[in-house]
Amino acid sequence: MTITPREFDFRAARARLAAKPKSAGEKLTTLEAALGRVADGDHVALGGCLYSRTPLALMWALLRRRPRGLALSRNLMCYEGEWGMVAGAVHKVVTSWMGIGLPWGLSKVMREYVEKGRVAVEEWSHLGLGLRYRAAAMGVPFLPSLTMLGSDLMDVGGSTTLTCPYTGALLHAVPALFPDVALIHVHRADRFGNAQIDGYPHMDADIARAAATVLMSAEEIVEDDAIRRHPDRTVIPGFAVDALVHVPHGSYPHECYGLYDAEAPHFTEYVAGIQQSGADSVARYLDRYVYGPTTHAEYLALFGDRALADARRRAHEILA
Amino acid sequence: MTAAPVTATELLAVMGARALRDNQTVFTGVGAPMLATALAQRLHAPGLTMVVEGGVVGPAWKPGWLPISTNEMRAAYGARMLPGITDLFLMAQRGFLDVGFIGGAQIDQHGNLNTTAIGSYERPAVRLPGSGGANDIISLCGEVIVLTAHEPRRFVPRVDFVTSPGYLSGGDERRRRGLIFGGVARVVTTLGLFGFDPETRRMRLEAVHPGITVAEVRASTPFDLLVADGVGTTDAPTERELAVLRALDPARQFLG
Repeated sequence: MTITPREFDFRAARARLAAKPKSAGEKLTTLEAALGRVADGDHVALGGCLYSRTPLALMWALLRRRPRGLALSRNLMCYEGEWGMVAGAVHKVVTSWMGIGLPWGLSKVMREYVEKGRVAVEEWSHLGLGLRYRAAAMGVPFLPSLTMLGSDLMDVGGSTTLTCPYTGALLHAVPALFPDVALIHVHRADRFGNAQIDGYPHMDADIARAAATVLMSAEEIVEDDAIRRHPDRTVIPGFAVDALVHVPHGSYPHECYGLYDAEAPHFTEYVAGIQQSGADSVARYLDRYVYGPTTHAEYLALFGDRALADARRRAHEILA
Repeated sequence: MTAAPVTATELLAVMGARALRDNQTVFTGVGAPMLATALAQRLHAPGLTMVVEGGVVGPAWKPGWLPISTNEMRAAYGARMLPGITDLFLMAQRGFLDVGFIGGAQIDQHGNLNTTAIGSYERPAVRLPGSGGANDIISLCGEVIVLTAHEPRRFVPRVDFVTSPGYLSGGDERRRRGLIFGGVARVVTTLGLFGFDPETRRMRLEAVHPGITVAEVRASTPFDLLVADGVGTTDAPTERELAVLRALDPARQFLG
């Protein structure tokens, strides 16, 4: 069993929320100050899914702080999970799937780290992990479901079953996952952290309610009125948000729905490096892209304005 | 006229499409499943609704712009609804999804699939990418169709790790372990079509593709394969099926 009481203890999680300032006030800050709220050993949950709306700017700023002993969870983990492993920041990855996608093959870095026993990957089904966040978002210690029943995934985290008190059916008691920190990238927020997402909602709204601390980046910081005009579009309330950073292209080179397309050739180049020299290639990538640039603007400059403009143009073409 | 030879993905997509009926709701994935589903929709199943793992209901994909992942912008094109991922899977748990497709994996004689690990879980010889939504699809949809290339290494007597449960050790074990709905209805491979014996739940060859013999299928299947009485032969992909399929992916990004 690899789940810990800290992950599913709903009473402790509620107590942490009681102690948290739930301010309606200003949340805007810098990446450096926001990520200063992450402590070694924390469980950090990432929003988005695979290479869509990944909170890459927040992850970039987190790794620059050289954290240790983190658990990192995400429904489908893309190469940011490999960064965490190679940076020595992560001891446990919680996910349903890890890789980039069909054309890029298996994650050689995950293979190396898991097969040598250096990092544990705790696997859940996609819905299983979604229900873990959902249970936490609801403030309950578990949710009943049929998913994962009968499979060997039940034993990985240490799931248990229960008998339905009404029908007698066997059910999976999916344990809650209350992350210490959620990293979430959104399309727009007002400066108080009331946030709106376009396109895929993924699991972000649940993760924001589940976590003790919510660190958010936004493509755009909008006026108070812009949120008040469309409150039905707000999916994360400002009182849940602890820190907000204005980061245009905050998911790049991953995609942000409607704004910019993913940079598939960059993924191909990244994987080609790993094919050649394994984790060493990721270490060099981190030096160049994460530890090298001192601001996120400098990070984006490594890709260049033309690439950013082209990714924006493609997003318009895809959705046209 | 001379037609281009049919690729493995084209064969799987055509045979997969034929397994779908009009007005069904289908949980589909990237690669052969999405091609099969989109093809069925354009041929005999205009009332079919596609659902995609990233949180997409009813997309209308643009030919030439097929998605690489199930949660990127291309997958959402023309969608009727973009629910959250958890809510999408909960529609399957509720019973709204008739059919689910699962792509290539290691599969055993009882239809169990392994996409997690070869060897032990903690220290595997090969760590595979994981379940993703495969476990949920096989546990929650009305029935599941597995589409896979028929490579002997993919067919094993018993998978090392049950990521996605078919019939477990056979008989009624799936039901006894709590999976009271669904099951693997059929396995479509590059050699033929397979079902499961209703009693033992062991895999059974039902039909071979044109030009394939039962002996060839047996030779490529490293477990004791049941063979149905009067095993049939599938009809080769028609010109119309291939034309519609190829128009979906003119650059042959997925068709091979």
